[in-house]
Amino acid sequence: LSGKLRQFQASPFVRRIRYVTQYNKDLSQRAKPKSDSVASPFRESQQLDQEKKVIHKIIPISPVHQPLSKTSNRNELREMKLAAEIGGSATPLRAESKEERQWKEMKLRLDDLPGILARLSKIKLTALVVCTASAGFAMAPVPFDLTCFLLASLGTGLASCAANSINQFFEVPFDSNMNRTKNRPLVRGQISPLLAVCFAASCGVPGIALLTLGVNPLTGALGAFNIFLYTCCYTPMKRMSIANTWVGAVVGAIPPVMGWTAATGSLDAGALLLGGILYSWQFPHFNALSWGLREDYSRGGYCMMSVTHPGLCRRVALRHCVALIGLSTVAPVLDITTWTFPIISLPINLYISYLGFRFYRDADRSSSRKLFFCSLWHLPMLLLVMFSCKKSLLEKEEKGDLHGGNHGRAMEIRLP
Amino acid sequence: PPGCPGGAWGKMLPRLERGEPAAPEPSLKSHGQAPGGPAFRPPAHSRHDWIGPPDRLSNLRPVIFHVPQDESALERRLREARQDTQAWNQQFWAQQNASFQQEKEEFIYSRLKAKGLAVRDETGQKATLNAEEMADFYKDFLSKNFRKHMRYNRDWYKRNFTITFLMGQVALVRALRWLRWKKKNVGD
Repeated sequence: LSGKLRQFQASPFVRRIRYVTQYNKDLSQRAKPKSDSVASPFRESQQLDQEKKVIHKIIPISPVHQPLSKTSNRNELREMKLAAEIGGSATPLRAESKEERQWKEMKLRLDDLPGILARLSKIKLTALVVCTASAGFAMAPVPFDLTCFLLASLGTGLASCAANSINQFFEVPFDSNMNRTKNRPLVRGQISPLLAVCFAASCGVPGIALLTLGVNPLTGALGAFNIFLYTCCYTPMKRMSIANTWVGAVVGAIPPVMGWTAATGSLDAGALLLGGILYSWQFPHFNALSWGLREDYSRGGYCMMSVTHPGLCRRVALRHCVALIGLSTVAPVLDITTWTFPIISLPINLYISYLGFRFYRDADRSSSRKLFFCSLWHLPMLLLVMFSCKKSLLEKEEKGDLHGGNHGRAMEIRLP
Repeated sequence: PPGCPGGAWGKMLPRLERGEPAAPEPSLKSHGQAPGGPAFRPPAHSRHDWIGPPDRLSNLRPVIFHVPQDESALERRLREARQDTQAWNQQFWAQQNASFQQEKEEFIYSRLKAKGLAVRDETGQKATLNAEEMADFYKDFLSKNFRKHMRYNRDWYKRNFTITFLMGQVALVRALRWLRWKKKNVGD
């Protein structure tokens, strides 16, 4: 499951599951002493409950040299070579040439470009943003329009690519210093900052234009606003105030709202509810994740709740887990889903709330990890259940609803 | 040895501390390198910049800039801006990471002492603090360095925009030059 989850990355608007792919690696890297920094005499303990006592076993060193046999000449030669290498004459030269090989020419190769741009735009994350926008589109109570759906998805995807590229453009020195992000294209010099900005512009402008002209102006405006919010508010705020988490949650909530407005053309209560669900989900997801990254945040100068206000961090996560239950109950009230939705979703909402409570109470790495990984499957499952419980248009017509009302009257006229 | 700046930029640091600018020696023709700088020399025929492995202290990758024969004033301004920013970034992060490591160790030592625990236990294993105990240190370090980070952020954004803007100008000039050359050749 964790392997599968590793591919599951959140949108830049949802923002933080991008840590996922590296999260496990980060934890496993922590098991090894850091080799690329000044050697510390102390290593952070992995166990939070008690300090482990490590028992060292001294293995007797067996003699290197074997007694000479009939094929000893060859062995002797090998041993002599080995001795010479251990002697150190060859080692500094090999170390130097190894370093030389690590120097790369900063020349852009066209066949590398698609891969580089995919990583620059955080393509997996973008795919997830598009998924949440599609969920918003699918939940809207209107007949499904394929063209509109495709245009909205493409526009949202392009906007997300643009936002991610600008984010990476701003954060090069910080990304270099965090394990999770140190292999990004701008950090490695695979692409110049100018090219990154041009790419962002060539995604963002057509993306927003497509949304504004091909879908509707409201969706275009939301897309443009979200790019602005992510690149100009959230990204700088990460280093200024813990309020960045709330701004980031809004960034994550907007794509489903965009999907809804793309389908209906208006900002209904349903759109806000979907946005609200995504907004609340961000907190258990990100707060749990950030619990394990406190050292990197502290060193890199990132202002995160987990570092400065740990109690608040856990309270907010729990609060929003419980809020998800409430929001799921509001869905049938707004006629978006049937009443089966809050009932079917109750087990998973209760489970994530339980894990949120454990995280609140225990405040340790194992509870934070459990909550984080739960959030990864909780969201897609919730959206799937929501879609399957969607109130169909037919049901609404039978109720004599506004959408169905006209149809009913038309049918009466047709009957003899 | 620990504490000694390693990697390709190690030898650059003392020069910066002496207040000297990180300018390349004019005698090195194709690539701008500081004397006593990185051991790596890009091949002379290369007309591109070269980027190296992350520095051990700052985690930033050093770049050796290519100095073309016909470098214009604008191109020189760009290269110097990039070199200056690189050196400035290197100094900031090397110092930041080093002080983080040092303060972290001091914190661990003082906490262990307060708990009455020895630095090493009977088997010779170094004692450690768990993540919850370290949390106090992380919070403290972040708040202590807050203003420094604010200043760094502001300067970094300014430098990043300046460099990218200069890159844009250079690219534009080169494109126009190429267009003019093409037009001239087609005309002939």
